[in-house]
Amino acid sequence: MSKTQQDQVILLGHGSGGTLTNQLIRTVFQDALHNPILDEMLDAAILDLGQGRVAFTTDSFVVDPIFFPGGDIGKLAVCGTVNDLAVSGAVPLYLSSAFIIEEGFPLADLQRIVNSMQAAASTAGVRVVTGDTKVVGRGAADKIFINTAGIGVVPSGRDLSPRRIQPGDLVLVSGTLGDHGLTILAQREGLAFTTPVISDCTPLNRITSAVMEAGGEAVRCMRDPTRGGLATTLNELATQGEQGILVQETLIPLRREVVGACEMLGLDPLYLANEGKVIVIVAPEAADKVLEAMRNLPEGQGAVAVGRVTGSDRRLVLLETELGATRIMAMLEGEPLPRIC
Amino acid sequence: MQPYKNKDYAQHLLDRLREEAVRPLSAMEVCGTHTVAIARSGLRDLLPKNIRLISGPGCPVCVTDDLDLDIVIALARQPEIIMATFGDMMRVPGTQSSLLEAKSRGADVRVVYSPTDAVALAAEHPDKQVVFLAVGFETTIPTIAVAVEQAVQQGLQNFSIFSLHKLVPPVMEALLTDPEVKLDAFINPGHVCTILGTEPFRFIAEQYGKPCVVTGFEAIDIMEALLMILNQYNQGRPAVEIQYKRAVRPEGNPVARAFINKYFTPVNALWRGIGEVPGSGLVLRDEFAQLDAQKRFPITVTPGKRVKNCSCGQVLKGLKLPYECALFGKACTPMKPVGPCMVSTEGSCAAYYRYGAQKVGGTV
Repeated sequence: MSKTQQDQVILLGHGSGGTLTNQLIRTVFQDALHNPILDEMLDAAILDLGQGRVAFTTDSFVVDPIFFPGGDIGKLAVCGTVNDLAVSGAVPLYLSSAFIIEEGFPLADLQRIVNSMQAAASTAGVRVVTGDTKVVGRGAADKIFINTAGIGVVPSGRDLSPRRIQPGDLVLVSGTLGDHGLTILAQREGLAFTTPVISDCTPLNRITSAVMEAGGEAVRCMRDPTRGGLATTLNELATQGEQGILVQETLIPLRREVVGACEMLGLDPLYLANEGKVIVIVAPEAADKVLEAMRNLPEGQGAVAVGRVTGSDRRLVLLETELGATRIMAMLEGEPLPRIC
Repeated sequence: MQPYKNKDYAQHLLDRLREEAVRPLSAMEVCGTHTVAIARSGLRDLLPKNIRLISGPGCPVCVTDDLDLDIVIALARQPEIIMATFGDMMRVPGTQSSLLEAKSRGADVRVVYSPTDAVALAAEHPDKQVVFLAVGFETTIPTIAVAVEQAVQQGLQNFSIFSLHKLVPPVMEALLTDPEVKLDAFINPGHVCTILGTEPFRFIAEQYGKPCVVTGFEAIDIMEALLMILNQYNQGRPAVEIQYKRAVRPEGNPVARAFINKYFTPVNALWRGIGEVPGSGLVLRDEFAQLDAQKRFPITVTPGKRVKNCSCGQVLKGLKLPYECALFGKACTPMKPVGPCMVSTEGSCAAYYRYGAQKVGGTV
């Protein structure tokens, strides 16, 4: 970042399509994200996808705060879309990135966010090939919103539909749950406690390809448990796969700090968002091999089996508690709000 | 350190409970955090069939009256007001709307995590009037007294509180004097008793002959407390005992109580579903009237119509279980709560809904 950038802010003119826009694209976006396709600076990126089916997804990022321990809105915008492609069994290749920026937003912060996007894209091995910038008046947006869309290629014959889930399959998770959700809550204005927990925000395409390599056909389905957490994602899988799922409470990996903070705030860590964890449903005979492949990667070190698919036709997710009782683990209803006492 | 989550110890306690539960016992857990712990652990399923746990008026959010809330919402809509509130009050319905709805229609409603955050908010916005919606039992009230003291010391002219505090012992007495309510014992709220100690509950054992045990918040704590209750019950020696010894002293916290008394004085209060309970609310003393939002911003609203067929009143009195209400899980869900018991994560109905207790209706 140049010295003169230090105190500059985004002006409405930066979104006008004129000189200022061009300058911003060249000095901030292209400088950080450049690659042969983006550098063409055409109205649309022209992509050669080779063989296989195309996976296509989009997501918008409005996280508050925009910088948090373990990541920022830029890293999240790349990881979120890469991960949606990865858990669909696709090899993520190209991203678009559209910014809606509030007038007055510090240029230095934008630079930091774009650099972080580039770092995440480089880790994930994807390219940002097209983009857009709009600037809105003060108060019309909260600092910065980012939309990313992503394209990946699904190798032929690969099908990770939840309909493939069978009774007896095991439910694996790649590590501790709730870290991202708790980090964001703890950072929100006014929350009077600090936590050493950091967001788990990370690209998952390396671990999902390791899972596919180790498990092959035996891998039934993958999901990233983002908003709504483990509980909500498993409920979606149970509904779509028309199966029941039984989870063992004692097997669920949770950081002590997350459990403690959740007790204090009246939240349930099973409903908190994750941005760097994957749930894998796998046939039992391949589970050990898949777990080993996951554990060989830093992002899967804490991988464990937490439950299994049951033949129950009620499509319910049940939790066997530490005391040995069984209860329903329902979907998230509304936003989790901290309780008062 | 006791094994609060040890499965073997839990099994031992369950075996002991089975031995001791020789006749039916209805025990009310007064505190919503107990309700959640019971549901989350699945404890209700494991207990002997003749122990019936009844969820009481356990959460200060749940029992906030809808007519009181109508006034709060009307006040929040005033352009000069910033209404600061704990998060779980946001979805609580008044007769027509909620703070969340008021916020989406432009009212300035802010979620704070501590009452002193509301004081800081007032200092940051000298051009606005910051009203803190003061909701809570004895556990929370001292922290609100601290906020009031800060505002007084800082000489803030734009901070006030809308006091809807509730006190636990008076409502327990109201439940005991209601001829409909049939209760044999109380699982006393651990957090509240860290402040109050055991003395304010002695009348329950002495005048009404009901065992009371001050209880911690792990499922194991609750099982231990039930065993203590059964001992009292079987031996016919009702008393107030403490299971939650790691946090509660018999004398409670006199410093916190003195702090409450310095700023607040008891009044009659409306409890959603229960009605008016004498001496069960707290308002600021006259000398702090300038910090009392009800006095400072007198607002009249046309009394709204209460929801029909909501059984929260009977649920709170332990006369009905949540799934026995016609609205439960249909017209009333955590996303669109009708009654107070569905609103808070600690509410009896929300806990039943979330943890699936409705599915084991026959065995509860």
